[in-house]
Amino acid sequence: MTARPMPATPFVLAPPRAGTPKLRLRLWHGAALAMLVLLSATLADAASTGPAARAGILVILLKWTPLLFRGFLFNILISVASMTIGTILGGALGITLISLLPPVRLAGSVTMQFFRNAPWLVLLFFAMFLLPFQLRIGPLVIPLPDWLKAVIGLSLPVMANVAEIMRGAVASIPSGQWEAAESLAFKRRQQVWSIIMPQCIKRMLPPWMNLYAILTMSTVLASIVGVNEVMTLAGQVSAAEGGRTDLLTPLYGYIMVWFFLYAYPIALLTTRLERRFAVKM
Amino acid sequence: MAEASPWTPDQPIIEITDIHKSFGHVEVLRGISLKVRKGEVICIIGPSGSGKSTLIRCINALTPFDRGSVRVMGIEVGAPHLDKLALRRRVGMVFQQYNLFPHRTALQNVMMAPIQVLHQPRREVEARAMALLKKVRLEGKEHSYPGQMSGGQQQRVAIARSLAMNPDIMLFDEVTAALDPETVKEVLVTIKQLADEGMTCILVTHEMGFAREVADHVYFTDRGVIVEDGPPAELFANPRDPRTQAFLSQVL
Repeated sequence: MTARPMPATPFVLAPPRAGTPKLRLRLWHGAALAMLVLLSATLADAASTGPAARAGILVILLKWTPLLFRGFLFNILISVASMTIGTILGGALGITLISLLPPVRLAGSVTMQFFRNAPWLVLLFFAMFLLPFQLRIGPLVIPLPDWLKAVIGLSLPVMANVAEIMRGAVASIPSGQWEAAESLAFKRRQQVWSIIMPQCIKRMLPPWMNLYAILTMSTVLASIVGVNEVMTLAGQVSAAEGGRTDLLTPLYGYIMVWFFLYAYPIALLTTRLERRFAVKM
Repeated sequence: MAEASPWTPDQPIIEITDIHKSFGHVEVLRGISLKVRKGEVICIIGPSGSGKSTLIRCINALTPFDRGSVRVMGIEVGAPHLDKLALRRRVGMVFQQYNLFPHRTALQNVMMAPIQVLHQPRREVEARAMALLKKVRLEGKEHSYPGQMSGGQQQRVAIARSLAMNPDIMLFDEVTAALDPETVKEVLVTIKQLADEGMTCILVTHEMGFAREVADHVYFTDRGVIVEDGPPAELFANPRDPRTQAFLSQVL
């Protein structure tokens, strides 16, 4: 088979020097960002008027860390749940995109294009106000809290993007694979599941992980619709501290560091997988 | 399901009558007819773009044709409700680009279709697959992935994979065209061996020496028609048509 290099993604970074342990590199980067936050905190501290009257910014950050961290974990939960739902729905939608029946393909394509070309925030509002606060199925009442609506709202663009990733992966398989399968009398279903899809998984993994990283960043959009995630809590912390403007930079910088520490390893892994698969396929 | 009329070995195993095929405005096949008898080895030669590959792809319904008829062991290939399974288990095909399944080992490549398509017992299929790989001289390569093998080795796995379906006819579509000159021979030896065993083979090839050696009958095609055909000794030594003469003087 001819090797087809994976398309570059925004996450492709300069290759780490040979022999450099991944963990050290990661910590070094995180540490640099953390230093930046501390520096901004100190600078803000020094700039603030009445040094004696106000508590130090580091102390404030430390005090609110447990609360903020719970909010951050909630972001992670939203991202994992949206990714799971979006991937399952997107897989099903992706299957319709490679259907041999034109009406099925058309319906799938329209759905995919609709949700892929809508701003994520708009989809989030769409889910928020379209979904009822509870679902009644016969005697069963399922409450739909805001965070669950946010999960559903975010899973819509994930679904559309997963479907497109799948379609692209299938399209990237050389036509000879289909022909060989066809000439060996495999049925269409067998061709897709035993021959084409197993080869697609590898190709789909890096862009899928990339999508997850983007989704994780987008979970903060849920703050706009009132979910108690980290950005909402950061706003509350700021208010509780009397709306000090010198607190804002360190506070949001602090949260940035958490997201970075969470997403950077994923980006590294994506790059590594891309390189490995590019060689192997 | 197309009802297969009884076919007896005294009838042509493949009977192609006046087939036409166009891709858009380009007419690739312009009325080709030929008959193949059981056990015959047929070589189709001709300049590129003359419709050779399209012709043999019509035989196992990989490419639908527009007009004419193709009958393979009594099966009408152009029938609207063609039983593809019935056709394709009789006709094996090997491609220029091998088209092995890269996520499966050589042995798994050979075993997949008999297990999944013919639902034969795994143990039996495995024994046969091992024997086939031995036959194409790939003993010890059973558990290699396609990416770990040379082109010649991959092509021989592809031949074994087709043979695993126990076909009556084998189609070879320029199977040595993508190979290094030194590995061409190992694939040709395998095909020769098959031909000697009485397998009906149709080869589209640019290997004139090989065609001369193994073919019972050679067809020269150009621009969608058969220009000239005959036993290799005759066709290669005394080509009658000027187009055949021009082509042979270029490639020989």
